[in-house]
Amino acid sequence: MRPCETVPYANAGLAAPYLPTLNSVRGQRGVMGEQAIGPDKLMRSSPSAEHFATLMAAVAGERDRSAFAEIYDHFAPRLKGYLRRRGSDAGQAEELAQEIMLTVWRKARLYDPAQANVSTWIFTIARNRRIDALRRERRPEFDATDPAFVPDNEPSPDDALAASQDSAMLRRAIEDIPDEQGTLLRMAFYDDKSHSSIADELGLPLGTVKSRIRLALAKLRRSIEEDA
Amino acid sequence: MPVHHLSDELLLDHAAGSLPEPVALLVATHLALCPSCREHETSLEAIGGALLDEIEPEPIEGGGLDALFARIEAAPPEPSEADSTAAATVKPVASDTTPSLPRPLRDYVGGAVDALHWRRRGKLSEARLLPDAHGGTVKLLRITAGAMMPVHTHRGTELTLVLEGGFSDGRGHYLRGDVAIADDEVTHRPRADDDGDCLCLTVTEAPVRLAGPLARFLNPFLRD
Repeated sequence: MRPCETVPYANAGLAAPYLPTLNSVRGQRGVMGEQAIGPDKLMRSSPSAEHFATLMAAVAGERDRSAFAEIYDHFAPRLKGYLRRRGSDAGQAEELAQEIMLTVWRKARLYDPAQANVSTWIFTIARNRRIDALRRERRPEFDATDPAFVPDNEPSPDDALAASQDSAMLRRAIEDIPDEQGTLLRMAFYDDKSHSSIADELGLPLGTVKSRIRLALAKLRRSIEEDA
Repeated sequence: MPVHHLSDELLLDHAAGSLPEPVALLVATHLALCPSCREHETSLEAIGGALLDEIEPEPIEGGGLDALFARIEAAPPEPSEADSTAAATVKPVASDTTPSLPRPLRDYVGGAVDALHWRRRGKLSEARLLPDAHGGTVKLLRITAGAMMPVHTHRGTELTLVLEGGFSDGRGHYLRGDVAIADDEVTHRPRADDDGDCLCLTVTEAPVRLAGPLARFLNPFLRD
């Protein structure tokens, strides 16, 4: 392993202020996040988004295995939990979690911290991989290089940028929405159910489910914008 | 830019990865044409990321990280650098004419629209796509300029994405990129604009209670 001081941060696209974070984390896996962040209990439970972005840059730039190990220790068990919640048995969930982490290693250079935080990026990889593997379907995706593609007006809309910054802020905002709305969001992401199946399962009118989803998302968007 | 967008609940289902392929195809094709819905989806994916962080972890019981590094070492040299370089250098193809069908829809059609198997019924022609897919019936529709469709209601939700031309249905006027959402409470009579044929992608979601092998058998009869 090369000493971390030689990591070419400029090439990894990282701002200089992140340097001390990476330097001080060596040999202290899992500890750094607690030092780097504020007193909020949710934040204390999980390393910061900036920290994971720093680790990803080290994986992309230097194929840094200790940085990858920290990402793995945080995400692989959560991916397994996610896949179990979405209906995989333990063996299948673990195999898929391994494949998703392999993709994280292989595609590390494609990770762009300006687009999404690491949690969001890994979530989208997991979501797509799960569809490929379990449903044997394609997930149709738009192609930003297609001549028919209508590009954004501005390169980075404010609220999308804010969404990429800090998942801890977003987790707090999710905690703050009413339980009945939070339950629907968690069911949508964790359980293999569309909003209409959720309405069936909870015995709620479809219109009620739709209006709760809209209220929850409106509130979260306001939080994201206020934080920007 | 589209003015009729996807609903929050459809975007949520898409961001969560819960839509069947037929509906996901229409959503992804709208996203190609709609920066505003793409921005909303980015926020929804961030919520998915935040929820992944809070999920109850389950211990990895097999070889874990060591097994993963062993796989990485056993694999042939990584193509990822070449991939990412290639991806970065691909530029949009210069073209005088914008294709009617954005990707991913264009890939599903797989060639000229006219080469599909079209069934003509008066001033309405339709071509079925993804005939074997679960979770919805997918068709391209072409309506002759100025023509009125028969009054119809819906079994399950019907999503219509305009690709060429436009139509009105009393609730709104729909042009390229716009999505009209009609559920079983909507009875409407769309009329194509006068200035050209209207080409649309429609997806009718299979009713929840009929999901499964029986629905595949019944749906062709229910739909016609």
